[in-house]
Amino acid sequence: MPPLAQRERSELGPAPDQAPAVELLGITKSFPGVLANDNISLALPSGEVHCLLGENGAGKSTLMAILAGMLQPEAGRIKVAGEETRIDSPRNALDLGIGTVYQHSTLIGPLTVVENLMLGEGRRLRLDFAGTRRRLKEFGAMLGVEIDPDARADELALGRQQQIEIIKALWRGSRVLILDEPTSMLTPQAVVELQKVLERLKSSGLAIVFITHKLHEALAVGDRITVLRQGRVTGEISRERVRLSSPEELEAEIVRLMFGESGKPTDELPELSVRIEGVKHAATTAGEVALELEHATAAGEGSQPGINDVSLALHLGEVLGVAGVDGNGQRALAEVVSGQRRLSHGEVRYLGAPVGKLSVAQREKLGLRYVTDDRLGEGIVSSLPVSLNLVLKRIGSAPYWRRGRMHTEAIEQDAKRLIERFDIRTPSAQARAGTLSGGNIQKLLLARELSNESKVVVFHKPTYGLDLKTTRIVREMIGHLRQGRAALLISTDLDELLEVADRIAVISGGRIVGVIDNGPGAAEQVGRLMIGDVTLGVQEAAPPVGQQA
Amino acid sequence: MTDAVTVPPQTGVTAVVEPPPVGAGGGRTRSRRVAGARDLIIRSLVPVVLALVAGGVLLAILGRNPFTFYSNVWQGGIQQGSWEDSAMRAAPLLLIGVGLTMIFRANIWNLGYDGQFLVGAALITGLAPSLASTPNVVSLVILFFVAMGAGALWTIIPAFLKARYETNEIITTLMMSFIGVGVANVLVKGPFQDPTVNIPQTRVIPLNRMLPSIPGTRIHVGVLVALAAALLAAYVLKRTSFGLRLHVLGANPRAAAHVGINVKRLIVMAFLVSGALVGAAAAVDILGVWGYMRANWNPGYGDTVIPFVFLARLNPLALIPYIAFFAVLSNGGDLAASNANLSTDFLLVLVALILLFMTVIEYVGRRRDLGGSYLTPGLKKALKAPLFRRRGKQQQAEHEVAS
Repeated sequence: MPPLAQRERSELGPAPDQAPAVELLGITKSFPGVLANDNISLALPSGEVHCLLGENGAGKSTLMAILAGMLQPEAGRIKVAGEETRIDSPRNALDLGIGTVYQHSTLIGPLTVVENLMLGEGRRLRLDFAGTRRRLKEFGAMLGVEIDPDARADELALGRQQQIEIIKALWRGSRVLILDEPTSMLTPQAVVELQKVLERLKSSGLAIVFITHKLHEALAVGDRITVLRQGRVTGEISRERVRLSSPEELEAEIVRLMFGESGKPTDELPELSVRIEGVKHAATTAGEVALELEHATAAGEGSQPGINDVSLALHLGEVLGVAGVDGNGQRALAEVVSGQRRLSHGEVRYLGAPVGKLSVAQREKLGLRYVTDDRLGEGIVSSLPVSLNLVLKRIGSAPYWRRGRMHTEAIEQDAKRLIERFDIRTPSAQARAGTLSGGNIQKLLLARELSNESKVVVFHKPTYGLDLKTTRIVREMIGHLRQGRAALLISTDLDELLEVADRIAVISGGRIVGVIDNGPGAAEQVGRLMIGDVTLGVQEAAPPVGQQA
Repeated sequence: MTDAVTVPPQTGVTAVVEPPPVGAGGGRTRSRRVAGARDLIIRSLVPVVLALVAGGVLLAILGRNPFTFYSNVWQGGIQQGSWEDSAMRAAPLLLIGVGLTMIFRANIWNLGYDGQFLVGAALITGLAPSLASTPNVVSLVILFFVAMGAGALWTIIPAFLKARYETNEIITTLMMSFIGVGVANVLVKGPFQDPTVNIPQTRVIPLNRMLPSIPGTRIHVGVLVALAAALLAAYVLKRTSFGLRLHVLGANPRAAAHVGINVKRLIVMAFLVSGALVGAAAAVDILGVWGYMRANWNPGYGDTVIPFVFLARLNPLALIPYIAFFAVLSNGGDLAASNANLSTDFLLVLVALILLFMTVIEYVGRRRDLGGSYLTPGLKKALKAPLFRRRGKQQQAEHEVAS
């Protein structure tokens, strides 16, 4: 039984002129042990960007999955253009004009971009390749990106895949576009671009849902902001208030809504603190060279570029950042250092000794570690317990194995120690790693890579998709490596690099196009290098999104 | 019951997941183990029981008495020493099953078992006569190793192609199997042909050169070899680094490369172990039961065994009862089917029913893994419908009074 007030509203009948494109009324959805959405009501008027703001686990993604037809609510109603509807499948949602871009790619790997885009059409027998290509080009121009229509989807970088997802969501003329954390992989420049795209889409009458946990993004793009906490709507800030209030007032209010009445001190929240314009850390390049790449060249995988003639030096006591748009050779760089990818030319030196010919296991033993960005895909074996995942890089070696026989006690003891030290939230050491949340899986990987005498650690997008608290913890851990160790921090999040790194190298098309000392003005320089000389208007693009609002 | 119907268990639980209190780990582990054992039993036994029931219904529809049929199976498969025949029938099946379990753990599909088996069988039947002057134990050991070596050798090409070029092993092993079957026939009809007879077959190994029996039974020691192999495989998979590497490779090959496992070497190792065990099955069967080999002989043990390998969820210990069950069913089934005037193919119907129910249980088991129940919502609703309706009306009445 819905509350009386809602029933009355629905009895007013459809009012096509004022009816929001989509309206959610009293949506409730629970999972075992979690009430993900608790009586959520939300209206999405056409021509507006509606921001859904909340921490990880606040219920944003569940709400979106319901709207996209992936999940069925246990209670509540959905009205599309004023008419009550059931959205019982993703296809149904698309037919109703609701297009969704998920945080994780839903493209079909072995198919090309064009084939992926044609999947939704599929009613005619003959596939319209030429027409699809044409439209893809138009959409590409609209988003300001160039997409190879014949590239295999799984060979594209995650960032590029996301751009295709946006196009796919708009492909069939959607009236509502849902974006789940759409900026998490984009450069600041691309975020500005996305903002422009959203403006255009908005003026064409689209209702846009912008899901994020980044406050400055919400302020920058949102016409209306709804804050979720633990499955409930804790507040909605109307269009007028967003327009009229000062950013500081809004920030204060949203923080209160997101984190409860007390409100955490802002310095705990990287997103809220004033943008760090390059903190100059005490460390210098005076230390011994820990890791050196000399003209390192390695092949790419499919349309993912490799690296070409990369020379870099990382010193002990230093955090060297690598900035760049996703898919410019970052993975190849990380894998060349870790030993997962062979060099075709050049050399990798670790503490002065060449390691280019050593295997992954040999480099790991020497203290050269790699925290992968693909946590589920290659980081863990989700069917194995946490304890075994923690020793996965040490299979067969003492003290965990003795003469090939597993030493369960040693493994369990170590697991308990690491779980405590790295604060991995797991029911027990025997719980399957796949049941952990994203943040805890990352802590598991950090525990594995940083323990057992690590010396030089490569981090690849270490905080992607993590909530604020875990992000803070991870960045602190990286900073701690300055004491006698060294870190190569590959990230697409410029804020992260500005906050943590001592120097920032910029990678583009598999080459290092410049190395910049972190400090005042570094953001702009890095941004300029990232987009290269082709794109002008750097001055315009450089101010961060958060300050434009 | 009524409470369970009306109160959704999750209501009111918030998103806060508390870390467990220190010291609670032991109890949780135990309860998880109990739950795990329960799940294993449900998922392994239920398909078999359902298949037997459905088979019984089918028999009744065909106008046969299912109880007579099953009791005949019991008689022919267990009673009066026929359990010994069943045990011997199980031995090669178990060895092949263990061999396939090892490699399937790594998610590699060795489907070339027929070729591996027959090449091994042909080689040892041909070699046995020339070892007539060596002591029997020595000759048996040599023949065992020859069969295992032959089985392993027959996987080398697919193993190399997969490790080096990532060639699909399903195709290569099937092709090698095809060749192996042909090679075995060439050997039997050619160099190993018994010159004293006209039919294409090898010489018969004399009884005193075969595997000895376990004292007091007719069962040959090959059955013990098979059981030992199953136990050893279980240990290797659970306790050794090799077993864990196989698991990692099977569960997530990219993770295997990431954590520094030498994937190429592991692929070759898995193939060799698997092929050797299939070869051992050939040795057990030839030296324990047949004593000779005829051209075009192909018992097709591997095809029989694969369903049980998966039914046992790639666990060598769980495989033992399944293989035993099948051996009894097929051994006693011959008698039962002829008594009931049915084709022995009816036994395949029973096996197919097991597979069918296995798939069903697998489906609901997946739901269970995701935190649901073994019963689908529709089924649950149907079971609880009368109760639910009554309570629902009551609630509605209360609601109306309240408003």
